[in-house]
Amino acid sequence: MQNIRLALAQIRPALGDLDHNLALHLDYIERATTAGADVVVFPEQSLTGYFLSDLVPDVALPRDDPRLDPLREASQRIDVIFGFVEETTDHRFLPAAGYLHKGAFVHVHHKVYLVTYGLFDEARDLAGGGAVRAFDTRFGRKSMLICEDLWHPTTASIAAADGADVIYGLSSSPGRGVAGGTHELGSAETWRAMNRLYASLHVCYVVHCNRVGFEDGVNFWGGSEVIGPDGELLARAPDFEEALVFATLADAPLRRQRTRLPLRRDEDVTLNGREFARIAAQRHWQDDG
Amino acid sequence: MTAEVDLRGRAQRGLDLEPGLTCRVLEAFIRDEIEKFDIHRAVVALSGGIDSAVSCALAARAFGPERVLAVLMPYRTSNPASRADAETLVEQLGIPSTLIEISAAVDGLLGELDEDPSPLRRGNIMSRARMIALYDQSEAFGGLVVGTSNKTELLLGYGTQFGDMASAVNPIGDLYKTQVRALATALDVPVAIRDKAPSADLWVGQSDEDELGFDYETADQVLYLLIDEMYSTADLIADGFHADLVYELQRRVVRSQFKRRLPLIAKLSNRTIDRDFRYPRDWGR
Repeated sequence: MQNIRLALAQIRPALGDLDHNLALHLDYIERATTAGADVVVFPEQSLTGYFLSDLVPDVALPRDDPRLDPLREASQRIDVIFGFVEETTDHRFLPAAGYLHKGAFVHVHHKVYLVTYGLFDEARDLAGGGAVRAFDTRFGRKSMLICEDLWHPTTASIAAADGADVIYGLSSSPGRGVAGGTHELGSAETWRAMNRLYASLHVCYVVHCNRVGFEDGVNFWGGSEVIGPDGELLARAPDFEEALVFATLADAPLRRQRTRLPLRRDEDVTLNGREFARIAAQRHWQDDG
Repeated sequence: MTAEVDLRGRAQRGLDLEPGLTCRVLEAFIRDEIEKFDIHRAVVALSGGIDSAVSCALAARAFGPERVLAVLMPYRTSNPASRADAETLVEQLGIPSTLIEISAAVDGLLGELDEDPSPLRRGNIMSRARMIALYDQSEAFGGLVVGTSNKTELLLGYGTQFGDMASAVNPIGDLYKTQVRALATALDVPVAIRDKAPSADLWVGQSDEDELGFDYETADQVLYLLIDEMYSTADLIADGFHADLVYELQRRVVRSQFKRRLPLIAKLSNRTIDRDFRYPRDWGR
Protein backbone atom coordinates (compact mmCIF):
# COMPACT_ATOMS: atom_id res chain seq x y z
CA MET A 1 0.00 0.00 0.00
CA GLN A 2 0.95 3.67 -0.31
CA ASN A 3 1.72 5.44 2.94
CA ILE A 4 -1.20 7.49 4.27
CA ARG A 5 -1.18 10.51 6.49
CA LEU A 6 -4.57 9.98 8.13
CA ALA A 7 -6.81 12.37 10.08
CA LEU A 8 -9.50 11.03 12.41
CA ALA A 9 -12.31 13.57 12.80
CA GLN A 10 -14.05 12.72 16.06
CA ILE A 11 -16.97 15.11 15.78
CA ARG A 12 -20.22 15.83 17.58
CA PRO A 13 -22.91 16.09 14.89
CA ALA A 14 -26.26 17.77 15.59
CA LEU A 15 -29.22 15.43 15.29
CA GLY A 16 -31.00 15.95 11.99
CA ASP A 17 -29.27 19.25 11.08
CA LEU A 18 -27.55 18.71 7.73
CA ASP A 19 -26.43 22.32 7.30
CA HIS A 20 -24.77 22.45 10.70
CA ASN A 21 -23.08 19.11 10.17
CA LEU A 22 -21.89 19.96 6.69
CA ALA A 23 -20.23 23.11 8.04
CA LEU A 24 -18.67 20.99 10.79
CA HIS A 25 -17.27 18.58 8.17
CA LEU A 26 -15.82 21.41 6.12
CA ASP A 27 -14.14 22.87 9.21
CA TYR A 28 -12.48 19.54 10.11
CA ILE A 29 -11.56 18.89 6.48
CA GLU A 30 -9.91 22.31 6.29
CA ARG A 31 -7.90 21.62 9.45
CA ALA A 32 -6.93 18.14 8.26
CA THR A 33 -5.86 19.48 4.87
CA THR A 34 -3.84 22.28 6.41
CA ALA A 35 -2.06 19.71 8.57
CA GLY A 36 -1.08 17.79 5.45
CA ALA A 37 -3.42 14.80 5.78
CA ASP A 38 -4.13 12.61 2.74
CA VAL A 39 -7.36 11.11 4.07
CA VAL A 40 -9.86 12.34 6.66
CA VAL A 41 -12.37 9.94 8.18
CA PHE A 42 -15.62 10.84 9.95
CA PRO A 43 -17.95 8.66 12.08
CA GLU A 44 -21.12 6.77 11.16
CA GLN A 45 -23.97 9.07 10.05
CA SER A 46 -21.63 11.99 10.62
CA LEU A 47 -23.72 14.16 8.32
CA THR A 48 -27.08 13.38 9.92
CA GLY A 49 -26.74 12.32 13.57
CA TYR A 50 -27.70 8.87 14.75
CA PHE A 51 -31.04 8.31 16.56
CA LEU A 52 -33.11 9.72 13.71
CA SER A 53 -36.38 7.76 13.88
CA ASP A 54 -38.86 9.73 11.72
CA LEU A 55 -36.15 12.22 10.71
CA VAL A 56 -34.66 9.64 8.31
CA PRO A 57 -36.57 10.77 5.18
CA ASP A 58 -35.78 14.42 6.03
CA VAL A 59 -32.00 13.91 6.07
CA ALA A 60 -31.50 11.08 3.55
CA LEU A 61 -29.76 12.10 0.32
CA PRO A 62 -29.16 10.47 -3.05
CA ARG A 63 -25.43 10.33 -3.63
CA ASP A 64 -25.64 12.85 -6.50
CA ASP A 65 -27.49 15.40 -4.34
CA PRO A 66 -26.09 18.94 -4.80
CA ARG A 67 -26.04 19.39 -1.04
CA LEU A 68 -23.01 17.06 -1.09
CA ASP A 69 -21.17 19.32 -3.56
CA PRO A 70 -19.10 21.09 -0.86
CA LEU A 71 -17.78 17.70 0.26
CA ARG A 72 -17.12 16.68 -3.33
CA GLU A 73 -15.27 19.94 -3.84
CA ALA A 74 -13.25 19.45 -0.65
CA SER A 75 -12.25 15.98 -1.88
CA GLN A 76 -10.20 17.61 -4.63
CA ARG A 77 -7.56 18.19 -1.98
CA ILE A 78 -8.05 15.32 0.47
CA ASP A 79 -9.85 11.96 0.39
CA VAL A 80 -12.97 12.18 2.54
CA ILE A 81 -14.67 9.25 4.25
CA PHE A 82 -17.97 10.21 5.85
CA GLY A 83 -21.24 8.77 7.05
CA PHE A 84 -24.69 9.63 5.74
CA VAL A 85 -28.06 8.11 4.94
CA GLU A 86 -28.40 7.35 1.24
CA GLU A 87 -31.76 7.43 -0.47
CA THR A 88 -32.00 5.09 -3.46
CA THR A 89 -33.98 5.84 -6.60
CA ASP A 90 -36.69 3.52 -5.30
CA HIS A 91 -36.79 5.48 -2.01
CA ARG A 92 -35.14 3.13 0.39
CA PHE A 93 -32.94 4.71 3.06
CA LEU A 94 -29.60 3.03 3.78
CA PRO A 95 -26.92 3.93 6.33
CA ALA A 96 -23.89 4.62 4.17
CA ALA A 97 -20.17 5.28 4.31
CA GLY A 98 -18.91 7.23 1.31
CA TYR A 99 -15.31 7.50 0.05
CA LEU A 100 -14.81 10.71 -1.94
CA HIS A 101 -11.76 11.49 -4.05
CA LYS A 102 -11.31 14.22 -6.67
CA GLY A 103 -14.98 15.11 -6.56
CA ALA A 104 -16.41 11.63 -7.03
CA PHE A 105 -17.42 8.62 -4.98
CA VAL A 106 -14.79 5.92 -5.21
CA HIS A 107 -17.03 3.60 -3.20
CA VAL A 108 -20.13 3.63 -1.04
CA HIS A 109 -20.65 0.94 1.59
CA HIS A 110 -24.11 0.33 2.96
CA LYS A 111 -24.33 -0.97 6.52
CA VAL A 112 -24.98 -4.68 6.16
CA TYR A 113 -26.01 -5.48 9.72
CA LEU A 114 -28.71 -3.11 10.89
CA VAL A 115 -28.93 -3.15 14.67
CA THR A 116 -32.40 -3.71 16.06
CA TYR A 117 -32.15 -4.78 19.68
CA GLY A 118 -31.56 -3.16 23.05
CA LEU A 119 -31.51 0.61 22.57
CA PHE A 120 -31.30 0.30 18.78
CA ASP A 121 -34.18 0.30 16.30
CA GLU A 122 -32.52 0.73 12.92
CA ALA A 123 -34.50 -1.77 10.87
CA ARG A 124 -37.66 0.19 11.74
CA ASP A 125 -36.45 3.16 9.72
CA LEU A 126 -33.62 1.96 7.47
CA ALA A 127 -32.78 -0.67 4.89
CA GLY A 128 -29.60 -2.74 5.03
CA GLY A 129 -26.95 -3.21 2.37
CA GLY A 130 -26.12 -6.47 0.65
CA ALA A 131 -22.39 -6.40 0.02
CA VAL A 132 -19.03 -6.22 1.76
CA ARG A 133 -16.28 -5.20 -0.63
CA ALA A 134 -12.74 -3.97 -0.71
CA PHE A 135 -12.10 -1.24 -3.29
CA ASP A 136 -9.10 0.40 -4.90
CA THR A 137 -7.96 3.89 -3.92
CA ARG A 138 -4.86 5.88 -4.76
CA PHE A 139 -3.34 4.43 -1.57
CA GLY A 140 -4.14 0.80 -2.29
CA ARG A 141 -7.07 -1.46 -1.49
CA LYS A 142 -9.33 -0.47 1.41
CA SER A 143 -12.64 -1.40 2.95
CA MET A 144 -15.27 0.47 4.91
CA LEU A 145 -17.57 -1.08 7.51
CA ILE A 146 -20.15 0.58 9.71
CA CYS A 147 -20.44 -0.05 13.46
CA GLU A 148 -22.64 -3.16 13.89
CA ASP A 149 -21.01 -4.66 10.78
CA LEU A 150 -17.91 -5.10 12.92
CA TRP A 151 -19.80 -7.00 15.62
CA HIS A 152 -20.02 -9.73 12.99
CA PRO A 153 -16.40 -10.85 12.58
CA THR A 154 -17.14 -12.31 9.16
CA THR A 155 -17.41 -8.81 7.64
CA ALA A 156 -13.81 -8.02 8.59
CA SER A 157 -12.79 -11.46 7.27
CA ILE A 158 -14.43 -10.73 3.92
CA ALA A 159 -12.82 -7.28 3.73
CA ALA A 160 -9.40 -8.77 4.46
CA ALA A 161 -9.85 -11.67 2.05
CA ASP A 162 -10.88 -9.15 -0.61
CA GLY A 163 -7.51 -7.48 -0.14
CA ALA A 164 -8.16 -4.51 2.17
CA ASP A 165 -4.99 -3.34 3.89
CA VAL A 166 -6.95 -0.76 5.86
CA ILE A 167 -10.38 -1.40 7.36
CA TYR A 168 -12.13 1.89 8.04
CA GLY A 169 -14.76 1.39 10.74
CA LEU A 170 -17.26 4.23 11.16
CA SER A 171 -19.25 4.22 14.39
CA SER A 172 -21.85 5.96 16.48
CA SER A 173 -21.23 3.76 19.49
CA PRO A 174 -23.26 4.55 22.62
CA GLY A 175 -21.28 4.39 25.85
CA ARG A 176 -22.61 2.02 28.48
CA GLY A 177 -21.28 -0.13 31.28
CA VAL A 178 -19.62 1.68 34.21
CA ALA A 179 -18.67 -1.39 36.26
CA GLY A 180 -16.09 -0.98 38.98
CA GLY A 181 -12.48 -2.05 38.56
CA THR A 182 -12.07 -0.62 35.08
CA HIS A 183 -11.52 2.94 34.01
CA GLU A 184 -13.27 2.60 30.69
CA LEU A 185 -16.81 1.99 29.58
CA GLY A 186 -17.81 -1.60 28.89
CA SER A 187 -18.63 -0.72 25.29
CA ALA A 188 -15.22 0.98 24.82
CA GLU A 189 -13.42 -2.04 26.25
CA THR A 190 -15.13 -4.36 23.77
CA TRP A 191 -14.44 -2.10 20.79
CA ARG A 192 -10.78 -1.78 21.65
CA ALA A 193 -10.46 -5.54 21.92
CA MET A 194 -12.21 -6.01 18.58
CA ASN A 195 -10.10 -3.42 16.76
CA ARG A 196 -6.91 -4.96 18.05
CA LEU A 197 -8.03 -8.48 17.23
CA TYR A 198 -9.05 -7.64 13.65
CA ALA A 199 -5.81 -5.75 12.99
CA SER A 200 -3.69 -8.57 14.44
CA LEU A 201 -5.45 -11.51 12.82
CA HIS A 202 -6.10 -9.92 9.45
CA VAL A 203 -2.65 -8.30 9.54
CA CYS A 204 -3.95 -4.94 8.41
CA TYR A 205 -4.61 -1.45 9.73
CA VAL A 206 -7.87 -0.88 11.57
CA VAL A 207 -9.14 2.69 11.76
CA HIS A 208 -12.08 3.12 14.11
CA CYS A 209 -13.73 6.54 14.04
CA ASN A 210 -16.42 7.02 16.68
CA ARG A 211 -18.39 10.15 17.45
CA VAL A 212 -18.97 12.06 20.68
CA GLY A 213 -21.86 14.02 22.18
CA PHE A 214 -25.31 13.06 23.43
CA GLU A 215 -28.62 12.27 21.76
CA ASP A 216 -31.70 11.95 23.96
CA GLY A 217 -29.56 11.11 27.00
CA VAL A 218 -27.37 8.55 25.23
CA ASN A 219 -23.64 9.36 25.19
CA PHE A 220 -21.26 8.52 22.36
CA TRP A 221 -17.86 7.88 23.86
CA GLY A 222 -15.39 8.74 21.12
CA GLY A 223 -12.03 7.08 21.71
CA SER A 224 -11.36 6.82 17.97
CA GLU A 225 -8.16 4.91 17.26
CA VAL A 226 -5.78 3.48 14.72
CA ILE A 227 -4.33 0.02 15.26
CA GLY A 228 -1.33 -1.24 13.31
CA PRO A 229 -0.97 -4.70 11.72
CA ASP A 230 0.91 -5.99 14.75
CA GLY A 231 -1.89 -4.89 17.07
CA GLU A 232 -0.07 -1.80 18.24
CA LEU A 233 -2.03 1.33 19.10
CA LEU A 234 -0.81 4.08 16.75
CA ALA A 235 -3.16 6.91 17.68
CA ARG A 236 -6.15 7.43 19.89
CA ALA A 237 -8.50 10.37 20.33
CA PRO A 238 -9.67 11.22 23.86
CA ASP A 239 -12.89 9.77 25.23
CA PHE A 240 -16.01 12.03 25.17
CA GLU A 241 -14.34 15.07 23.56
CA GLU A 242 -14.26 16.34 20.00
CA ALA A 243 -10.83 15.87 18.46
CA LEU A 244 -8.83 15.76 15.28
CA VAL A 245 -6.10 13.14 15.60
CA PHE A 246 -3.44 12.15 13.10
CA ALA A 247 -1.60 8.93 12.32
CA THR A 248 0.65 7.63 9.60
CA LEU A 249 -0.29 4.31 8.03
CA ALA A 250 2.85 3.01 6.34
CA ASP A 251 3.57 0.04 4.11
CA ALA A 252 6.79 -1.05 5.82
CA PRO A 253 5.18 -2.31 9.06
CA LEU A 254 2.57 -4.11 6.98
CA ARG A 255 5.27 -5.90 4.98
CA ARG A 256 7.26 -6.78 8.06
CA GLN A 257 4.28 -8.16 9.96
CA ARG A 258 2.96 -10.14 6.97
CA THR A 259 6.41 -11.67 6.61
CA ARG A 260 6.55 -12.63 10.28
CA LEU A 261 2.95 -13.76 10.45
CA PRO A 262 1.67 -14.82 7.00
CA LEU A 263 -1.90 -15.41 8.15
CA ARG A 264 -3.34 -13.67 5.13
CA ARG A 265 -1.31 -15.75 2.69
CA ASP A 266 -2.53 -18.92 4.37
CA GLU A 267 -6.18 -17.95 4.69
CA ASP A 268 -8.17 -20.58 2.76
CA VAL A 269 -10.89 -18.58 1.04
CA THR A 270 -11.97 -21.63 -0.94
CA LEU A 271 -12.49 -23.61 2.24
CA ASN A 272 -14.47 -20.73 3.78
CA GLY A 273 -16.61 -20.37 0.69
CA ARG A 274 -17.32 -24.08 0.47
CA GLU A 275 -18.21 -24.50 4.13
CA PHE A 276 -20.33 -21.33 4.35
CA ALA A 277 -22.16 -22.37 1.19
CA ARG A 278 -22.83 -25.79 2.71
CA ILE A 279 -24.07 -24.26 5.98
CA ALA A 280 -26.25 -21.73 4.14
CA ALA A 281 -27.80 -24.53 2.07
CA GLN A 282 -28.44 -26.65 5.17
CA ARG A 283 -29.97 -23.71 7.00
CA HIS A 284 -32.20 -23.01 4.07
CA TRP A 285 -33.31 -26.61 4.12
CA GLN A 286 -33.84 -26.56 7.90
CA ASP A 287 -35.82 -23.31 7.77
CA ASP A 288 -38.09 -24.84 5.16
CA GLY A 289 -38.43 -28.05 7.12
CA MET B 1 -26.87 -26.66 31.29
CA THR B 2 -26.33 -26.31 35.00
CA ALA B 3 -28.04 -23.61 36.98
CA GLU B 4 -26.08 -20.43 37.49
CA VAL B 5 -24.78 -20.04 41.01
CA ASP B 6 -24.11 -17.06 43.23
CA LEU B 7 -26.40 -14.53 41.64
CA ARG B 8 -25.93 -12.38 44.71
CA GLY B 9 -22.22 -12.08 43.95
CA ARG B 10 -23.01 -11.33 40.34
CA ALA B 11 -25.38 -8.55 41.42
CA GLN B 12 -22.80 -7.10 43.80
CA ARG B 13 -20.22 -6.97 41.03
CA GLY B 14 -22.73 -5.52 38.59
CA LEU B 15 -23.80 -2.80 41.01
CA ASP B 16 -20.22 -1.85 41.80
CA LEU B 17 -19.46 1.17 39.66
CA GLU B 18 -16.46 3.21 38.65
CA PRO B 19 -17.24 6.59 40.25
CA GLY B 20 -14.78 8.75 38.29
CA LEU B 21 -15.97 7.50 34.92
CA THR B 22 -19.62 7.69 35.97
CA CYS B 23 -19.27 11.29 37.15
CA ARG B 24 -17.55 12.23 33.91
CA VAL B 25 -20.42 10.86 31.82
CA LEU B 26 -23.10 12.39 34.05
CA GLU B 27 -21.53 15.86 34.17
CA ALA B 28 -21.19 15.84 30.39
CA PHE B 29 -24.80 14.63 30.13
CA ILE B 30 -26.12 17.54 32.22
CA ARG B 31 -24.07 20.11 30.36
CA ASP B 32 -24.70 18.76 26.86
CA GLU B 33 -28.41 18.03 27.17
CA ILE B 34 -29.15 21.45 28.71
CA GLU B 35 -26.77 23.59 26.68
CA LYS B 36 -28.10 22.32 23.37
CA PHE B 37 -31.26 24.22 24.29
CA ASP B 38 -29.11 27.36 24.72
CA ILE B 39 -29.56 27.25 28.48
CA HIS B 40 -26.50 27.26 30.72
CA ARG B 41 -28.02 26.94 34.17
CA ALA B 42 -29.78 24.40 36.33
CA VAL B 43 -32.10 24.30 39.32
CA VAL B 44 -32.25 21.38 41.75
CA ALA B 45 -34.71 20.67 44.57
CA LEU B 46 -32.43 19.98 47.51
CA SER B 47 -34.09 17.98 50.28
CA GLY B 48 -31.13 17.10 52.46
CA GLY B 49 -31.26 13.52 51.17
CA ILE B 50 -28.59 11.69 49.25
CA ASP B 51 -30.25 11.63 45.80
CA SER B 52 -30.74 15.37 45.47
CA ALA B 53 -27.30 15.95 46.99
CA VAL B 54 -25.70 13.85 44.22
CA SER B 55 -27.73 15.49 41.43
CA CYS B 56 -26.86 18.93 42.82
CA ALA B 57 -23.15 18.14 43.13
CA LEU B 58 -23.09 16.81 39.56
CA ALA B 59 -24.87 19.91 38.26
CA ALA B 60 -22.43 22.18 40.12
CA ARG B 61 -19.54 20.34 38.49
CA ALA B 62 -21.21 20.52 35.09
CA PHE B 63 -21.92 24.26 35.05
CA GLY B 64 -19.77 25.71 37.82
CA PRO B 65 -21.32 26.52 41.20
CA GLU B 66 -22.67 29.99 40.39
CA ARG B 67 -24.94 28.61 37.67
CA VAL B 68 -26.77 26.06 39.83
CA LEU B 69 -29.59 27.10 42.13
CA ALA B 70 -30.51 24.83 45.05
CA VAL B 71 -34.16 25.18 46.00
CA LEU B 72 -34.99 24.19 49.60
CA MET B 73 -38.70 23.64 50.13
CA PRO B 74 -39.49 22.50 53.64
CA TYR B 75 -43.00 21.86 55.03
CA ARG B 76 -43.67 22.68 58.67
CA THR B 77 -43.39 19.00 59.69
CA SER B 78 -40.17 18.43 57.73
CA ASN B 79 -37.25 17.22 59.78
CA PRO B 80 -35.15 20.32 60.66
CA ALA B 81 -32.03 18.18 60.22
CA SER B 82 -32.90 17.80 56.53
CA ARG B 83 -32.74 21.55 56.00
CA ALA B 84 -29.52 21.82 57.99
CA ASP B 85 -27.94 19.06 55.89
CA ALA B 86 -29.07 20.73 52.68
CA GLU B 87 -27.54 24.03 53.85
CA THR B 88 -24.27 22.29 54.66
CA LEU B 89 -24.11 20.99 51.10
CA VAL B 90 -25.02 24.39 49.64
CA GLU B 91 -22.14 25.90 51.57
CA GLN B 92 -19.74 23.15 50.59
CA LEU B 93 -20.59 23.45 46.89
CA GLY B 94 -20.63 27.25 47.01
CA ILE B 95 -23.88 27.42 45.05
CA PRO B 96 -26.70 29.95 45.42
CA SER B 97 -29.81 28.71 47.17
CA THR B 98 -33.31 29.87 47.92
CA LEU B 99 -35.70 28.80 50.65
CA ILE B 100 -39.37 28.47 49.78
CA GLU B 101 -41.63 27.28 52.59
CA ILE B 102 -44.49 25.23 51.16
CA SER B 103 -46.48 25.09 54.42
CA ALA B 104 -48.88 27.93 53.57
CA ALA B 105 -49.57 26.60 50.07
CA VAL B 106 -50.05 23.01 51.21
CA ASP B 107 -52.12 23.92 54.27
CA GLY B 108 -54.22 26.27 52.17
CA LEU B 109 -55.07 23.43 49.81
CA LEU B 110 -55.61 20.95 52.63
CA GLY B 111 -57.99 23.46 54.26
CA GLU B 112 -60.18 23.38 51.18
CA LEU B 113 -60.70 19.64 51.50
CA ASP B 114 -63.77 18.32 53.32
CA GLU B 115 -62.07 15.32 54.82
CA ASP B 116 -58.69 14.67 56.42
CA PRO B 117 -56.61 13.18 53.60
CA SER B 118 -54.50 10.07 54.04
CA PRO B 119 -50.73 10.42 54.59
CA LEU B 120 -50.24 9.32 50.98
CA ARG B 121 -52.49 12.11 49.68
CA ARG B 122 -50.82 14.66 51.93
CA GLY B 123 -47.42 13.48 50.71
CA ASN B 124 -48.49 13.77 47.08
CA ILE B 125 -49.79 17.30 47.65
CA MET B 126 -46.48 18.34 49.24
CA SER B 127 -44.51 16.75 46.43
CA ARG B 128 -46.58 18.53 43.77
CA ALA B 129 -46.44 21.84 45.65
CA ARG B 130 -42.64 21.55 45.53
CA MET B 131 -42.82 20.85 41.81
CA ILE B 132 -44.80 24.10 41.27
CA ALA B 133 -42.27 26.14 43.25
CA LEU B 134 -39.32 24.43 41.56
CA TYR B 135 -40.59 25.01 38.03
CA ASP B 136 -41.27 28.63 38.92
CA GLN B 137 -37.65 28.94 40.06
CA SER B 138 -36.61 27.26 36.82
CA GLU B 139 -38.16 30.15 34.92
CA ALA B 140 -36.92 32.80 37.35
CA PHE B 141 -33.32 31.53 37.45
CA GLY B 142 -33.25 30.63 33.77
CA GLY B 143 -32.14 27.06 34.40
CA LEU B 144 -33.60 23.64 33.63
CA VAL B 145 -34.76 21.30 36.38
CA VAL B 146 -32.25 18.53 37.11
CA GLY B 147 -34.06 15.45 38.39
CA THR B 148 -33.36 13.53 41.58
CA SER B 149 -35.17 10.19 41.10
CA ASN B 150 -32.93 7.13 41.16
CA LYS B 151 -33.49 3.91 39.22
CA THR B 152 -34.69 1.97 42.26
CA GLU B 153 -37.51 4.38 43.07
CA LEU B 154 -38.40 4.86 39.40
CA LEU B 155 -38.71 1.09 38.96
CA LEU B 156 -40.70 0.65 42.16
CA GLY B 157 -42.92 3.64 41.45
CA TYR B 158 -41.83 5.06 44.79
CA GLY B 159 -42.32 8.67 43.83
CA THR B 160 -45.08 11.13 43.00
CA GLN B 161 -45.97 11.46 39.35
CA PHE B 162 -45.81 15.14 38.32
CA GLY B 163 -44.25 15.78 41.73
CA ASP B 164 -40.72 14.76 42.65
CA MET B 165 -40.57 12.66 39.45
CA ALA B 166 -40.81 15.80 37.32
CA SER B 167 -37.62 17.10 35.72
CA ALA B 168 -36.09 18.19 32.42
CA VAL B 169 -33.03 15.96 32.63
CA ASN B 170 -32.25 13.29 35.19
CA PRO B 171 -28.61 12.30 35.70
CA ILE B 172 -29.26 9.60 38.31
CA GLY B 173 -32.26 7.79 36.82
CA ASP B 174 -30.10 4.87 35.63
CA LEU B 175 -28.36 4.45 38.99
CA TYR B 176 -29.72 2.17 41.71
CA LYS B 177 -29.90 3.56 45.24
CA THR B 178 -26.76 1.73 46.36
CA GLN B 179 -24.91 3.12 43.31
CA VAL B 180 -26.04 6.64 44.21
CA ARG B 181 -24.49 6.05 47.64
CA ALA B 182 -21.19 5.06 46.03
CA LEU B 183 -21.28 8.17 43.87
CA ALA B 184 -22.08 10.35 46.89
CA THR B 185 -18.86 9.19 48.53
CA ALA B 186 -16.85 9.98 45.40
CA LEU B 187 -18.50 13.41 45.20
CA ASP B 188 -17.64 14.20 48.84
CA VAL B 189 -21.26 14.58 49.86
CA PRO B 190 -21.24 15.29 53.62
CA VAL B 191 -21.23 12.18 55.81
CA ALA B 192 -24.42 13.28 57.60
CA ILE B 193 -26.28 13.07 54.29
CA ARG B 194 -24.66 9.79 53.25
CA ASP B 195 -25.22 7.98 56.52
CA LYS B 196 -28.81 8.83 57.42
CA ALA B 197 -31.69 6.46 56.76
CA PRO B 198 -33.37 7.26 53.42
CA SER B 199 -36.65 9.13 53.89
CA ALA B 200 -39.12 10.97 51.70
CA ASP B 201 -39.71 13.10 54.84
CA LEU B 202 -43.38 13.51 53.99
CA TRP B 203 -44.41 12.81 57.56
CA VAL B 204 -42.58 12.74 60.87
CA GLY B 205 -40.36 9.71 61.28
CA GLN B 206 -41.02 8.32 57.78
CA SER B 207 -38.44 5.80 56.58
CA ASP B 208 -38.30 4.49 53.00
CA GLU B 209 -37.13 1.05 54.03
CA ASP B 210 -39.79 0.67 56.79
CA GLU B 211 -42.50 1.82 54.43
CA LEU B 212 -41.38 -0.37 51.55
CA GLY B 213 -40.79 -3.36 53.81
CA PHE B 214 -37.32 -4.22 52.47
CA ASP B 215 -33.83 -2.74 52.44
CA TYR B 216 -32.42 -1.01 49.37
CA GLU B 217 -29.38 -3.23 49.15
CA THR B 218 -31.44 -6.37 48.66
CA ALA B 219 -33.99 -4.61 46.47
CA ASP B 220 -31.23 -3.30 44.21
CA GLN B 221 -29.74 -6.77 43.83
CA VAL B 222 -33.11 -8.27 42.89
CA LEU B 223 -33.96 -5.45 40.49
CA TYR B 224 -30.50 -5.52 38.92
CA LEU B 225 -30.75 -9.25 38.25
CA LEU B 226 -34.33 -9.06 36.91
CA ILE B 227 -33.97 -5.89 34.83
CA ASP B 228 -30.33 -5.51 33.83
CA GLU B 229 -29.31 -9.16 33.66
CA MET B 230 -32.75 -10.46 32.58
CA TYR B 231 -32.82 -13.38 35.02
CA SER B 232 -36.24 -14.84 35.80
CA THR B 233 -37.92 -14.69 39.20
CA ALA B 234 -37.45 -18.49 39.33
CA ASP B 235 -33.68 -18.08 38.85
CA LEU B 236 -33.51 -15.69 41.79
CA ILE B 237 -35.64 -17.84 44.07
CA ALA B 238 -33.57 -20.93 43.19
CA ASP B 239 -30.48 -18.97 44.17
CA GLY B 240 -31.86 -18.22 47.62
CA PHE B 241 -33.59 -14.86 47.29
CA HIS B 242 -36.79 -14.77 49.33
CA ALA B 243 -39.72 -15.60 47.03
CA ASP B 244 -42.12 -13.12 48.63
CA LEU B 245 -39.65 -10.28 48.17
CA VAL B 246 -38.87 -11.18 44.56
CA TYR B 247 -42.57 -11.34 43.66
CA GLU B 248 -43.33 -8.14 45.57
CA LEU B 249 -40.61 -6.21 43.74
CA GLN B 250 -41.69 -7.54 40.38
CA ARG B 251 -45.32 -6.67 41.15
CA ARG B 252 -44.31 -3.09 42.04
CA VAL B 253 -42.38 -2.68 38.80
CA VAL B 254 -45.34 -3.84 36.73
CA ARG B 255 -47.91 -1.89 38.72
CA SER B 256 -46.02 1.40 38.41
CA GLN B 257 -45.25 1.18 34.69
CA PHE B 258 -47.78 3.96 33.98
CA LYS B 259 -45.71 6.41 36.02
CA ARG B 260 -42.73 5.94 33.74
CA ARG B 261 -44.63 6.71 30.54
CA LEU B 262 -46.37 9.74 29.11
CA PRO B 263 -50.16 9.80 29.50
CA LEU B 264 -51.90 7.57 26.98
CA ILE B 265 -53.29 9.25 23.90
CA ALA B 266 -56.34 7.73 22.24
CA LYS B 267 -55.25 6.82 18.76
CA LEU B 268 -57.40 8.19 15.93
CA SER B 269 -55.13 9.48 13.17
CA ASN B 270 -52.40 7.75 11.20
CA ARG B 271 -49.70 9.61 13.07
CA THR B 272 -50.24 9.84 16.79
CA ILE B 273 -47.75 11.61 19.07
CA ASP B 274 -45.17 9.16 20.47
CA ARG B 275 -46.77 6.18 18.73
CA ASP B 276 -46.08 6.72 15.06
CA PHE B 277 -44.99 10.36 15.22
CA ARG B 278 -41.54 9.42 16.40
CA TYR B 279 -39.05 12.24 16.64
CA PRO B 280 -36.16 12.43 19.09
CA ARG B 281 -36.37 15.02 21.83
CA ASP B 282 -33.04 16.39 20.60
CA TRP B 283 -34.61 17.04 17.19
CA GLY B 284 -32.27 19.36 15.26
CA ARG B 285 -29.89 19.79 18.23
